[in-house]
Amino acid sequence: MRLLLSLLALLALPAQAEEIWVTNEKDDTISVIDVPTLTVVRTIPTGERPRGITFSPDHSLAYICASDSDAVQVMDAETGEILHDLPSGEDPEQFALSPDGRLLFIANEDDAVTTVVDTATRQVVGQIDVGIEPEGMAVSPDGKVAIATSETTSMAHWIDVATFTPFANTLVDSRPRHAEFTADGSRLWVSSEIGGTITVFETAGQTEVGKVRFKIPGVNADLIQPVGFVFTPDGKTAFVALGPANHVAVVDTESLEVTDYILVGRRVWHLAFSADHSKLFTTNGVSGDVTVIDVAARAAIQSIKVGRFPWGAALRP
Amino acid sequence: MAEPARRTQGARAAFAAILTREMLRFWGQKGRLVAALVRPLVWLLVFAAGFRAALGLSITPPYKTYITYETYIVPGLLGMICLFNGMQSSLGLVYDREMGSMRLLLTSPQPRWWLLFGKLVAGALVSLVQCAAFLALAAVWGVRAPLAGYLLVLPALVLVSLMLGALGLLLSSVIRQLENFAGVMNFVIFPMFFLSSALYPLWKMAEASPVLARACALNPFTQGVELIRFALYAQLNPAALGWTLLAGAVFLGLALWGYDPARGQTAGKGPGG
Repeated sequence: MRLLLSLLALLALPAQAEEIWVTNEKDDTISVIDVPTLTVVRTIPTGERPRGITFSPDHSLAYICASDSDAVQVMDAETGEILHDLPSGEDPEQFALSPDGRLLFIANEDDAVTTVVDTATRQVVGQIDVGIEPEGMAVSPDGKVAIATSETTSMAHWIDVATFTPFANTLVDSRPRHAEFTADGSRLWVSSEIGGTITVFETAGQTEVGKVRFKIPGVNADLIQPVGFVFTPDGKTAFVALGPANHVAVVDTESLEVTDYILVGRRVWHLAFSADHSKLFTTNGVSGDVTVIDVAARAAIQSIKVGRFPWGAALRP
Repeated sequence: MAEPARRTQGARAAFAAILTREMLRFWGQKGRLVAALVRPLVWLLVFAAGFRAALGLSITPPYKTYITYETYIVPGLLGMICLFNGMQSSLGLVYDREMGSMRLLLTSPQPRWWLLFGKLVAGALVSLVQCAAFLALAAVWGVRAPLAGYLLVLPALVLVSLMLGALGLLLSSVIRQLENFAGVMNFVIFPMFFLSSALYPLWKMAEASPVLARACALNPFTQGVELIRFALYAQLNPAALGWTLLAGAVFLGLALWGYDPARGQTAGKGPGG
């Protein structure tokens, strides 16, 4: 009976593949991992040094930061064909799409600016001066605030989306690389690669509420470099990639304490959940693979070889 | 009672007697279980902790992702338990011979191979109990395997124990005195354990010396450890299984030959041997 029901459920679902897309920095390609089978099913060529990757809200388009091509490429997610480039400014590394999918906020590492591009008209609609070497980008869930983090200035710049002007600058620890709002938008997390911490802000007053610190037995503190992180849908847990420490930390978002460390491949950059959030995929730059984590068990279950120096990851449900 | 039936019954009784004696001996020495567990636990908790971050640079089957050193050495430590048990039962046999209880055993009307096989099975059972206890402690420490692995590792452990027990049997047929047992430690246990994949993967050994890696691969203990390692992750390593079976058969054959009364192996020990 249960088998029959699950068969029916299978039939009822549209036959769509669930995939994780991974950008390979050195290979100039995207490796597409089929989630049910955990195998690479396609490799798609891109511009030079692809890093940040995200999908349009309907997942029909992929936006890819081709850093060394100085372009954000727009790809047809079905065919893998590059449709066009968006004007991006120089050396785009990471970006964030507004919740309505219209505005793309791009960090231009070499120019100390954030470029705002209208994805529909393909026009630059704003350039915002921020700190030196901007990298991390985030947009609040209500679409009203954008964040740029600058690696050298060690600040998070709070940008009013309506006017494209920064309205606050908050100091974080050395070399901030990634920023993310919690799902309810009440808090902002910023990871600092060299500082080895994550700074957590209350978004209402842009005030710091605490820091997440990491310590792995047997791993030198210098190697613990938090970069990418993701939140579980219930908002209670964060998974943080710790770069050359080769571990992903599991963090309680209330107490800001680390509850677990999971061993993954070498130099872990970014992470992406499967559609049901039961699996987490990490990009391991130096070992050239993606480690799959069983989210409930808090354990790595498999590593999948992809291209050279995988960096960004995004889910295509 | 018909003659064949009586013979079977006698054989069974002798087998049961050997098993019971070994088990009683095992339970009688409460310290032995503790000692048998302390050895691998020291390796797991102290030695492996020091090398925690040393491994995890390459993925080799049966592992599907990066593992800590602690995870890596657990199958090797299971092999170590079996190895020490095999040698210990060999020591027991030499002791039995010196004390005279072996004469009692070997004068039984049952065929000698049957008696020695009984000894082997008894030794394997003792290993199994110790391995199960060690796996439970390792799980508490955080080194866990898939559930199916815990079941499938049992036959692998029995097989490896029998193979190493047969080696012990062979040694006991050669060693005349308890005093010589230190030699076994030096020339059998240490080389077998360190020249194997128990503590380091063979690819790591090959980086240091291809010759050493070759020697490790030829070591039957390596094959036994790999058989256990794959079984613990619910996989079969046919090559390791084949080599373990072959080594076990050769050791047993040689041991039986060594204990063959026609060869008069025990003749030197006095009349009636």
